[in-house]
Amino acid sequence: MTEIITDPTLPILHGPSDKEKKYDRQLRLWAASGQKALEDAHILLLNSGSGTVGVETLKNLVLPGIGQFTIADANIVNESDLGVNFFLDEDSLGNSRAECCVKLLQELNPDVKGHWLPLQETHTVQNLLENDRKYTLIMYTYPIEPQDLALVQEYGNKHKVPIIAIHSAGFYSYFRTHLPGNFPIVDTHPDSTATTDLRLLTPWEELSKFANEFTSDIDNLSAHEHGHIPYLVILLHYLEKWKAEHGTLPSTYKEKTAFRATVSAGARTNNPEGGEENFDEAAAAVLKTISAPTLASSVKAVFDYKPNEFEAKSSFWIIASAVKKFYEKNKQLPLPGSVPDMKAQSTVYVRLQNIYKKKARQDVAEVLAAVRALPGGKDIDEGEVETFCKNAAFIKLIHGSEASPDNITTIAEAEAANDETAAMVGMPLSLFPIYLSLKATSHVPTACTSDILAAIDKTIPGASSNPRLAQVAEEVTRAKGGELHNISALTGGMVAQEVIKIITKQYIPIDNTCIFDGITSRTQVLRI
Amino acid sequence: MSQPVMVSGTILAPSSTMATRWQYLDNVRRNSGPFTDPDVFDASEAAATNMEQINVFGAGGLGCEILKNLALSGFKKIHVIDMDTIDVSNLNRQFLFRQSDVGESKAEVAAKFVEKRVKGVSITPHNCKIQDKDEDFYMQFTLVICGLDSIEARRWINSTLVDLVDMNNPDSFKPLIDGGTEGFKGQSRVIYPTMTSCIECQLDMHAPRAAVPLCTLATIPRQPEHCIEWAHIMAWEQEKPFPKLDNDDPEHITWLYKKALARAAEFNITGVTYSLTQGVVKNIIPAIASTNAIIAASCCNEAFKIATNANPALGGEENYMMYSGNDSIYTYTFKHEKKDDCPVCGNMAKNLDVDPNLTLQEFIESLAARPEAQLKKPSIRAEGRTLYMQSPESLRLQTAPNLEKKVGDLVGNGDEIGVTDPSLGRVDFKFRLKFTSEFVKAETNGHAK
Ligand SMILES: [Zn+2]
Repeated sequence: MTEIITDPTLPILHGPSDKEKKYDRQLRLWAASGQKALEDAHILLLNSGSGTVGVETLKNLVLPGIGQFTIADANIVNESDLGVNFFLDEDSLGNSRAECCVKLLQELNPDVKGHWLPLQETHTVQNLLENDRKYTLIMYTYPIEPQDLALVQEYGNKHKVPIIAIHSAGFYSYFRTHLPGNFPIVDTHPDSTATTDLRLLTPWEELSKFANEFTSDIDNLSAHEHGHIPYLVILLHYLEKWKAEHGTLPSTYKEKTAFRATVSAGARTNNPEGGEENFDEAAAAVLKTISAPTLASSVKAVFDYKPNEFEAKSSFWIIASAVKKFYEKNKQLPLPGSVPDMKAQSTVYVRLQNIYKKKARQDVAEVLAAVRALPGGKDIDEGEVETFCKNAAFIKLIHGSEASPDNITTIAEAEAANDETAAMVGMPLSLFPIYLSLKATSHVPTACTSDILAAIDKTIPGASSNPRLAQVAEEVTRAKGGELHNISALTGGMVAQEVIKIITKQYIPIDNTCIFDGITSRTQVLRI
Repeated sequence: MSQPVMVSGTILAPSSTMATRWQYLDNVRRNSGPFTDPDVFDASEAAATNMEQINVFGAGGLGCEILKNLALSGFKKIHVIDMDTIDVSNLNRQFLFRQSDVGESKAEVAAKFVEKRVKGVSITPHNCKIQDKDEDFYMQFTLVICGLDSIEARRWINSTLVDLVDMNNPDSFKPLIDGGTEGFKGQSRVIYPTMTSCIECQLDMHAPRAAVPLCTLATIPRQPEHCIEWAHIMAWEQEKPFPKLDNDDPEHITWLYKKALARAAEFNITGVTYSLTQGVVKNIIPAIASTNAIIAASCCNEAFKIATNANPALGGEENYMMYSGNDSIYTYTFKHEKKDDCPVCGNMAKNLDVDPNLTLQEFIESLAARPEAQLKKPSIRAEGRTLYMQSPESLRLQTAPNLEKKVGDLVGNGDEIGVTDPSLGRVDFKFRLKFTSEFVKAETNGHAK
C-alpha cells in the first residue's frame, strides 16, 4: 500500500489514467502487478474440432488485456461453425477459421495483439513450435493428432511453459493443466475473515504494556473510557486474570465458552444501552482469536518440500527456507501485522496498529537477515520478503507437472468406492466417468458407445460394467463431438480464470483436472 | 501415471457439404440421451425450431454474455431491458460494447450487435427500468433470465412473477433464472415462482454489508473507509460543493477524495486512495469477464434445458449453484428449501423480532439493515389500519404522527403487519411481530400513579 502524505494541503491528486479506468473492476482483484503479468503474456491456442471452447477462453483473456495471442487452426469456416462460435459471421464462411476468429476477437480490445496461423501441409504444428517465438502458455483443444500433442508436450517441457488441455462435447467438458515443475504461490488471496492473527495467547512485551495502560484500573474508568477499550485489550486483560485463577489459558471448547461468559460479564450494564459494544465485540471474537496458532498443512508442505538444485535458486525457496528457520526458532510464523477494525478511540486504534506493524517489521528484519545469510540471498528484494512474511500462513505449493502418484485404475477404484457411499446418503456422484469417456475420444471426432467403453476397458478392466459409465459414454456419443455453446462458454470462463491465476501467480490454480457436468451443474477437481 | 487408451481414428475437417447451421444443437435437440426424461422430451423438428420467447434483464456483464449464449442456443425471440448507458469501465468485460459506444444505451447496442452477428435471431431492446413495464408485458414471456447487479431489482421481478401466477392459467407461470458474480465467485439459481424457493426465501444468503455507525464516522474514525464515508455522508451535506452528487463525475469523486484524505491525515490514518474512494462511494463490486462467462452460461444452459427438455434442468430438486474460483475450483449445487413464512411466496407470516419500546420511526429504519427484510422505504399496515404510508403525500402527512409513537402503543405482541415497499412491486410482506422485551407504556399526563 502506498503511504499517504500527511500534509493535507499537498495531496497527490491525479485521478486514474485511462487504462486504470478501463480495467478498474479487475485491478481491484489482481492489482497492477497482476495486470503487468497479463500484458507481458502471449497465449497460443491450438484449435480443432467444433472449435469454440478455446475461442471463448481467449475472449475472456483479450477483454482483461492479455498482451498477445495466437490461434493455429487447420479448419475452414463452415455452416456449423456459425451455429456455435460467436466470433465468426456470414462473411467468414469458406475462410480460415483461425484468421476469422482472431479478427473478431481483436475487436474486443485494441490493446491486444492477435496472430493467426492456418495449419496446412506447409505450416504445421512443428513449424509453429520450432520458431523462436516464446509462448507464455499453450492451450490445445481436443480432438488433436497424437503427433501434434507430442510436439506440444515436448515444447512445454523444454521451455517450461504451462499447458492446458481442453475437451468440450455436448453437455460435458474437462480441462487439465500441466505446470512446469512445482508451482509455489505467495499471493493466494485468502478470505479476509481467515487472516486475523492477533497472538493474544503469546503477547509480546510492548503489547502487554499497552494493554495494561487501559486495564490496570479498569473498574475506575469513566463510562466513556470503559466503553472504548479495544476488544483486543479486553481479551488480553481477561486472559491474564484467567491464567492467574486457573494456572493455564483456556484451551478446550468448554473453557473457551466459560471464558467468553467472563468477558461478557465484564461489560457495564448500568447505562442507557444496557451493555457495551466493545465487550460484545470481545465476546464474539473469543472462539476465533483465542487459539494457539497451528501450521496449515499447505505451509507444512512447503516447509517439508526439498526443492531441486534449479528450484532452490529461486527467491521463493530461499525466502521459504529463511521463514522455516524463523518458525523453528520462534515456534510461530512472522506476524502479518494487520489489526481488524474494532470500536476504539482513533488515536488508540492507530497506536495499536503501530504496535502490530512494528512487531511485523521486526519479524521481517529477522527473516531478511536469514535470507541474506543464505547462498543466493544477497540480491533478493526486501519487498518480496515482506510480502512473503505477510502471507506466510497462506502460502501454497501446487504440484504442477507431477501427475498423481496413483494410476488411473486406482483413481477409478477410489471414485467408484466413494460413489457407493455417496449413492446411499444422496451425495453427488463422481464425475470421473465423464473424464474417461471424453478422454477415450481424444483423437477422433466421433465414436460409438461400444468403442468408448472398449477403450476404457483396456485401461481399467471391467470398468464398462458400471452402468453409470455406460450412460455417460452414451451421452458423449450423443454429442457426436459437437460442442454446445453454453457448455463451451462456461468451460472457457473456468479455463480463463485458471490462465489468469497461473500467469499472475495470484489465487490458487486447480491441481490438476477439472471436470464439468452440464446436466447436474457440478464440477469436480481431481489430481490425475 | 498410465494414461487411458483411446479410440483410434483420423481427424478430418468437418465436411462442409454435410454441415448445417444448427447441427450441434440438433444432436441434443433431435436425439434423446440416457438422462433425458422421455415423458417431456419432444424430438420433432418443430419443437427444435420453435423455441420460446425469452426475456433478459440487464445488458451488463452478465447480460452481454446471456444474449450471446441464448442466440447460439437456438432462442429466436429475445427481449432485453436495461436503463444504463455504457461507461468506459464496462469495456473490460461487456464485450458487445466498444470505446465508440460509450454513452449509448446498453440494451440498444447489445441487441443490435447480437442480431447482426447471429442470423435469424430477433432481439428487442427496452431502454428503461424493469419497474416501468406492466403485468401484460411480462405475461408474453415463457422464461425470464436476470443478470442484474441490484438486489432491489431482483426482488422486484421476483415478487412480480410470483404475483403473476394464476393457478387457473398455466401460461402465467414463468420460470426465473438468476445469476450474480463478485470477483472469482458467483451463483446461478432457478426459481419456479410459488413452487420452489424464491429470491425472497434466499434473501438472508445475501446479507447487506453492515453499515458503520454514524458516531464512528463523526468522532472516532479508524479506517480509510470511515474517512471516505465521512466525506460522502457528512462533509458533502454540510458544504454542498455541487448541487447534486454524481458518482460518475470525476470532479465530485476528487472532491470527496480530497476531503477524505485531509480527514485521514488529521487522525493519522493511512490508505485513502482515489480508487478506494470511488469503490466505497459507488459500492463497486470487482467484476471480470471470465466469471461472468461462467455464471451467464450456467443460466443459459438451464434455460436451454428447460426449453428443450434435452436433459434435466435445475429447479425442482437442486435449484442453486454456488461457484468459487479463488482456491482451485469449487461448486456447490444444492436444494434451497422454500420457506413457508417467506413474505412473498409463503402462506404464513414471517416472525419478526422487535423491541416494542422502539418508536415506529426507529423500527422502520431498522428494517433496511435486517438481512431478512432489507426494506428501504416501507409502508406499514396492521389489521385494517394504516400505521405509516410513504406516499401519497396526503397519506404520509396523515400517518406521520405515528412515527413518534412506540411500536407497543400501535400493535400488540403476535400481531400481523403488512409491509409494502414501492421499489419491490405490489407484494405485501407479511410479518408476525414477536416482542423481544417487556413493553413499558409511556406515562401520560392526567393519570395518577
Ligand atoms: Zn419465497
